Amino acid sequence: MIEFTMPSLGADMEDGTLVEWRVKSGDFVKRGDIIADVDTQKGLIEIEVFDQGTIDELIVKEGEKVPVGTIMAIIIPVGEKVSAKKKLMIKKEPIKKMVKEGSIKVDDRLKISPLAKKIAKEKGIDLSTIIGSGPEGSIIKKDIDLAIAKKVESHVEVTGGKKEIAAKGLRTAIASAMSKSNKEIPHFYLETRIDMTKALNWLRESNKERELKDRLLAVALLIKATAKAIKEVPSVNAFWENGLKLKNAINIGFAVSLRKGGVVTPAIREDDKKSLKQLMALLNDLIPRARALQLRSSELSESTITISNIGEGSTDKVFGVIYPPQVAILGFGNIVEEAWAEDGELSARPVVHVTLAADHRAIDGYLGSRFLMALKRNLQKPEAL
Amino acid sequence: MEKEGIKTNATISRELGLKLLHQMILIRRFEEKSAELYTKEKIRGFLHLYIGEEAVAVGAMHSLKEDDNILSTYREHGHALARGLDPGSIMAEMYGKQEGCSMGRGGSMHLFDASKRFYGGNAIVGGHLPMAVGMALASKKQGLNNITCCFFGEGAIAEGEFHESMNLAALWEVPVLFLCENNLYGMGTALRFSHSVQDLEKKGAAYGVESAKTNGMDLLEVKKAVEKATAYIKSTGKPYFLVCNTYRFRAHSMFDAQLYREKKEVDEWKKRDPILTFSDQLLQNELISGDDIDTIEDKVSKEVQKAVDFAEAGTFEPVEDLKKYVYSP
Amino acid sequence: MTDKTTLKITYREALKQGMHEALINNNKVFLMGEDVGRYGGAFAVSKGFLEEFGEDRIMDVPLSESGFVGAGIGSALAGMRPIVEVMTVNFSLLALDQIINNAATLLHMSGGQINVPVVIRMNSGIGNQLAAQHSHSWEPFYAHIPGLKIVSAGTHEDARGMLLTALESPDPVVIFEYTSLLNMESEIPSGSGAVDIDKAKVRREGKDLSIITYGPGVYKALAAAEILASSGIDVEIIDLRVLNPIDNETIINSVAKTLERLCGIEVPIPYPKHLEDASIPQKQDIVDSALKMIQND
Repeated sequence: MIEFTMPSLGADMEDGTLVEWRVKSGDFVKRGDIIADVDTQKGLIEIEVFDQGTIDELIVKEGEKVPVGTIMAIIIPVGEKVSAKKKLMIKKEPIKKMVKEGSIKVDDRLKISPLAKKIAKEKGIDLSTIIGSGPEGSIIKKDIDLAIAKKVESHVEVTGGKKEIAAKGLRTAIASAMSKSNKEIPHFYLETRIDMTKALNWLRESNKERELKDRLLAVALLIKATAKAIKEVPSVNAFWENGLKLKNAINIGFAVSLRKGGVVTPAIREDDKKSLKQLMALLNDLIPRARALQLRSSELSESTITISNIGEGSTDKVFGVIYPPQVAILGFGNIVEEAWAEDGELSARPVVHVTLAADHRAIDGYLGSRFLMALKRNLQKPEAL
Repeated sequence: MEKEGIKTNATISRELGLKLLHQMILIRRFEEKSAELYTKEKIRGFLHLYIGEEAVAVGAMHSLKEDDNILSTYREHGHALARGLDPGSIMAEMYGKQEGCSMGRGGSMHLFDASKRFYGGNAIVGGHLPMAVGMALASKKQGLNNITCCFFGEGAIAEGEFHESMNLAALWEVPVLFLCENNLYGMGTALRFSHSVQDLEKKGAAYGVESAKTNGMDLLEVKKAVEKATAYIKSTGKPYFLVCNTYRFRAHSMFDAQLYREKKEVDEWKKRDPILTFSDQLLQNELISGDDIDTIEDKVSKEVQKAVDFAEAGTFEPVEDLKKYVYSP
Repeated sequence: MTDKTTLKITYREALKQGMHEALINNNKVFLMGEDVGRYGGAFAVSKGFLEEFGEDRIMDVPLSESGFVGAGIGSALAGMRPIVEVMTVNFSLLALDQIINNAATLLHMSGGQINVPVVIRMNSGIGNQLAAQHSHSWEPFYAHIPGLKIVSAGTHEDARGMLLTALESPDPVVIFEYTSLLNMESEIPSGSGAVDIDKAKVRREGKDLSIITYGPGVYKALAAAEILASSGIDVEIIDLRVLNPIDNETIINSVAKTLERLCGIEVPIPYPKHLEDASIPQKQDIVDSALKMIQND
């Protein structure tokens, strides 16, 4: 039998959290296979196996954080059978190593104060894991208190699970960014109505020729039209960091609301250079990953302007709060039928309300207005997008 | 027993084909083993794997002569193995044992073997380029006919030392081969985020250095390009800048979540695996058979195991020797 | 049969003679540095060398400190005996990667396989109102880099002889020379040649007080000692000469008597002459300090 342990990927790696097993008991694995995803200080790392055989048992559970060297799984090499007795031995070992409750053993040879010993026994602390700070390395009450505190801490982490922790962090991040924005950025708002008749007609015709999986949604048109408008008015695609810094790459951050609350804005890189089909494919990939909190850090940090279409299917208008250090956020409302007067005639048309919230330190109303007009023009020529 | 007909129009014998394929597979398996030993804490420090780039080291080293000087980077296991350093001495070095090729003092990033004219194992990006120019200068001054080959990654091209070295080498007309292994990422920063001009071979023109690029995923292409480069250097005495475009399949170092690139991109490049490419070329031209590959794998597996055994059996240098070689005895 | 005749010579001439002898002695020796050839050396130390030895031995290099210091190191690896002149210690900061990461480490890191017999010369010190960027004295900093031998030529004899010995060393040697001394004349025994680069030297014996110094401090301390002698104070002066590895034995032997460390004020060296002077101990400061110490006794 082979013990598959939490690998050490660097001297600065002490432990890892098993996020997912990619194999189950009974699966055959070979050298080089990725069998687990482990979260580390540096992010999620795929863990490979260096042996060949059948997974006998997965010992560490998903969500558990274990130190480097902990046995995570048992692999039976080809041609080897494990006797019941041997198997029993295997199972005992990891339990001890993982320092679970119930495996407490007080070693009489340990140097420990009677009080410390008593507390340890009551609280179920494994003394073998404690380094004493008393005389001649003996364990004293202080050491036990520390161990209890640590245990409580690690317990919280394990039960909380990676995703919940991440969600909690997200709320804090949103709170701080939005407070900063409202405190520091002098917002101004512009709004326009855009007739979506041509865009939606084009979309309908175009989708007829597309396979089901390639069908476009209106949002792809909105993003593309925005990217094109930015090319005409690049000042909105910028950071305000001790002055205006225009950004060359157009990376539109697309706000995705999470079911449990919170919002993330993954960047769609270089939107201007992507076709509608590519944009749609990207959205199809990004949105589920965003909702599962599986975005790469680069995807979260690269956006240069933000779009919110929270209105889709709900409200008619969105007035956004700029995500610093960006200088603009664009809000698309729901596409609704409204009365539209043109050439002296009144008709009902599908209309979208677009708002621009912009940083007045960076840009002025005239530029903002030009940007919205460019957007409007672009959506009247969907075939050119 | 030369046989024509390989895709690239290069000529290669069965014997040579087997030898080069063996070297590539040895590098691959040796490094896979190193990765494993790293996770088991046998090897520590930084471990930078060369997997995916084997065609460059093997193709280039084959075209260099015994009396040529070699300088490499911290991703140098491949170069050291292809240069003929004993796998056991390399593994022992990574274990920190005194039987290692640098007495265990350098580790993975600092493999040295003066007897093979293998001058590291240099881990400050760009830092060895000026030294390479100096070694070539010494060859010129002493009337030697050897060349100095300096391997470095595209990251080094952003360093001032690259530009200083190119200028000096051209100015002094010294026989140095600047061999850039462009694997597209300097640690986690892609080429496009670090260089205004991404066709790296164009940079030679600024210094009047003859430059070329080649497909670093194809051993025969590399071999051809390096042969051309060394012939040029030997006949003119001037420097040459060769960019081998390649890709590292593994992370930058072991502790790297690779947030900076898409898995899909890695998978695309893996389709161009230099070992598969070369073995296919040999198979298609009926220079070797599938059995030959099995034989190589068997042999390599024994060699790697022997290296590990050697390292395991090695000893640590006594602490009293710590001050040895700060200065010469 | 010692030659008792002496020769009056400037510090510059002493440096020049030493280098000339080195170039004559061994044809693997060559000089490379900024303006060492056609210009004749920034401080005219190698004036006339290009004509005498040719471009191959006297190489002008571009303003690429990291590049040419590294090339010097490389040529030393491959059999040459380069004298790399970095015009001044101030510019050597641009070559620190080469000096520290390559010259100083290769022998140890390669387990004793690879020697780096390079000699790097640089001018150091203050005295010409060159202000902060051109008035560094980084000897103490260099002295903290294991693997480098750091020597300081505080006398004409050492200016004449240290280089010759340094070129025999299998390990990298950095020689500090001093712009402020270049025009100073002194007598050296005619026929002076190589000097050791291992030991500190007692430049003046005395019993009351030890002044431990190096570089331009040596002549200043000697002058101060004469003044103090007239007050009946007998000062011993030690010239450290080798700053790494340091010669503790000579220091301890002397300090069996007494010790005061006298140092400058740690500031970026200012431009005005009076402030520049004030930033480093002068003859009178040495006298005053010595008197103060003796009086406190």
